[in-house]
Amino acid sequence: MDERKIRVIVAKPGLDGHDRGAKVVARALRDAGMEVIYTGLRQTPEQIVATAIQEDVDAVGLSILSGAHEHYFREVIELLKSEGAEDIIVFGGGVIPEGDVPSLKAMGVKAVFGPGTSTSEIVEWLKNAVHERRTKEHV
Amino acid sequence: MFKEEELERISKARLKYEEGVKKATQRYPERKSTFTTSGGVPVERVYTPENVKDLDYVKDLGFPGEYPYTRGVQPTMYRGRLWTMRQYAGYASADESNERYKYLLEQGQTGLSVAFDLPTQIGYDSDHPMARGEVGKVGVAIDSLEDMEILFDGIPLDRVSTSMTINAPASILLAMYIAVGEKQNIPMDKLSGTIQNDILKEYIARGTYIFPPKPSMRLITDIFEFCSKHVPKWNTISISGYHIREAGSTAVQEVAFTLADGIAYVEAAVKKGLDPDVFGRRLSFFFNSHNDFLEEIAKFRAARRLWAKIMKERFGVTNPSAQKLRFHTQTAGCTLTAQQPENNIVRVTMQALAAVLGGTQSLHTNSFDEALALPTEDSVRIALRTQQIIAYESGVTSTIDPLAGSYYLEWLTSEIERRAQEYLDKIDEMGGMLVAIERGYVQQQIQDSAYAYQKAIENEEQIVVGVNKFQIEEKGTSREILKVDPSVGEKQIARLKALKERRDNVKVKETLEEIREAARDESINLMPRILDAVKAYATLGEVCGVLREEFGEYKENIIL
Repeated sequence: MDERKIRVIVAKPGLDGHDRGAKVVARALRDAGMEVIYTGLRQTPEQIVATAIQEDVDAVGLSILSGAHEHYFREVIELLKSEGAEDIIVFGGGVIPEGDVPSLKAMGVKAVFGPGTSTSEIVEWLKNAVHERRTKEHV
Repeated sequence: MFKEEELERISKARLKYEEGVKKATQRYPERKSTFTTSGGVPVERVYTPENVKDLDYVKDLGFPGEYPYTRGVQPTMYRGRLWTMRQYAGYASADESNERYKYLLEQGQTGLSVAFDLPTQIGYDSDHPMARGEVGKVGVAIDSLEDMEILFDGIPLDRVSTSMTINAPASILLAMYIAVGEKQNIPMDKLSGTIQNDILKEYIARGTYIFPPKPSMRLITDIFEFCSKHVPKWNTISISGYHIREAGSTAVQEVAFTLADGIAYVEAAVKKGLDPDVFGRRLSFFFNSHNDFLEEIAKFRAARRLWAKIMKERFGVTNPSAQKLRFHTQTAGCTLTAQQPENNIVRVTMQALAAVLGGTQSLHTNSFDEALALPTEDSVRIALRTQQIIAYESGVTSTIDPLAGSYYLEWLTSEIERRAQEYLDKIDEMGGMLVAIERGYVQQQIQDSAYAYQKAIENEEQIVVGVNKFQIEEKGTSREILKVDPSVGEKQIARLKALKERRDNVKVKETLEEIREAARDESINLMPRILDAVKAYATLGEVCGVLREEFGEYKENIIL
């Protein structure tokens, strides 16, 4: 049974201060009934991963508008792996050129939501992704 | 502005019109039950002299260059001189940014605007662990005076005005600029330009803060004092609504929170013993130009009138130059769509036109591809050409404030002013802007607006062309995208390492200790000591490091 509420971190890695998108998404996920931990600005990948494990989350969403997305997604995914927590869903958004998406996906990023994405699309996607993850766990 | 009997005639005629509307709307209802500006101000079907009957022409509008400056801050406006076309640029290394600046100047741009990378803006050298992955990404990396010398190589600083988007470490970058001037044999009183230096909006909306509010305000007033005496042509602050709007505020909130920040700076400087009639002349502002064309024009006019009243009535300023709200405008980055990006050229044109009709002093037009990545040379050129077409072809520059007297525009100008004043009163009641920010009140207001706007898009009350209506299937584009060379970080670190080996490290240490001493003693102005340190090639990270130790760091109050 999918009793537990979906728990998700919305994080701003690095030095980028553009938090409008992250906050709007965090609020929309919360309004959709999820438990949302919003980290605030200037999180290191280490801090994000530590929070993810401590809070036992289903997913980590990274918002990056500074162009440093390759770096931060890679760091977060590698750290999750080294903690044995690679089953945590990693997704993200921001100003991320389309051409960069395939390499992010190859790295293990499950979805990248660009500008203009509706929050309901993100909510639906995350619900499905978490459902899938939990089903796998029970197999 | 109208005689009583005239208003009566209009009132009668209006009744007749409304009868007609009633019949017409019974058969063909209007598209929506209520119409509002993008910021939610209700808009009536039609405006008449009745809506502006209390307007006193001389008192409320006056003439251009005259109090309360509703119609513009100069007597001849664009008939005398066009606005400064100033495109914000800078990326990767100092060498590459230097090339872009020279290109832009050749293309007819009239002022420089420097974008710094995030480590520079937050006071970290390129070799700091927090800088990993970020060096040269959103702007140019500046670690020391050496980088600044390269950045302005071959650009005579007495012939350009330079705007630097730098806040927490503004005094350090200004000191470096002064030092580059000295090397070009240009004395600091000949330098002109702007530093953003607006820390309050960093706490509210932009995020590149370092120190807590109190020492940050002290750094700012030290700059005011130093520049009043030594760099008189420098705009010591650019009080910015731009980022507040980008964070999701309404037009009214943009005016209110920006001017509230302005009030806080003036109060801090007055408290330090500075004269607002003097430093007030060097305060400048920075606004956003968003989609709602007439609301934006009204916003600029309202901001000018309200600031003039604040300076005169609240601070007793009598010098006209210190009452004038001079401002830079940038078109709204948040309105650019990744979908059908060419449409952004049209959006930017409308926004730029609103800024010009609102009387801006300088303007940055966004490039159409900025929702995708950093702009390319071609897209930057189109953005600049957009301004040139407005300036040289549209005809709007021939007469000043040409939309004045429009019943709607004048009503809306007064309405935005009134609503902004309500916010200012509320902030005063709370104990001022610092308190309002610390409590998270301002952030909450902005976030609520941002969320409401997103919801309006999702339920299609707000149409975004190409995003929630008129979509097309977009092919995977082979569009040219500007990428920052990933080796920039390594090169920058190598340059920094070489510098640290080459410079006089004893001298560096001495100057840093002098800064520490001044940081502990508010009666010592920090600027001259920072200038000595940067001339000795102390790095930005080293100077900020000392200040971090002395001042501590700001911790964000997370509000969701």
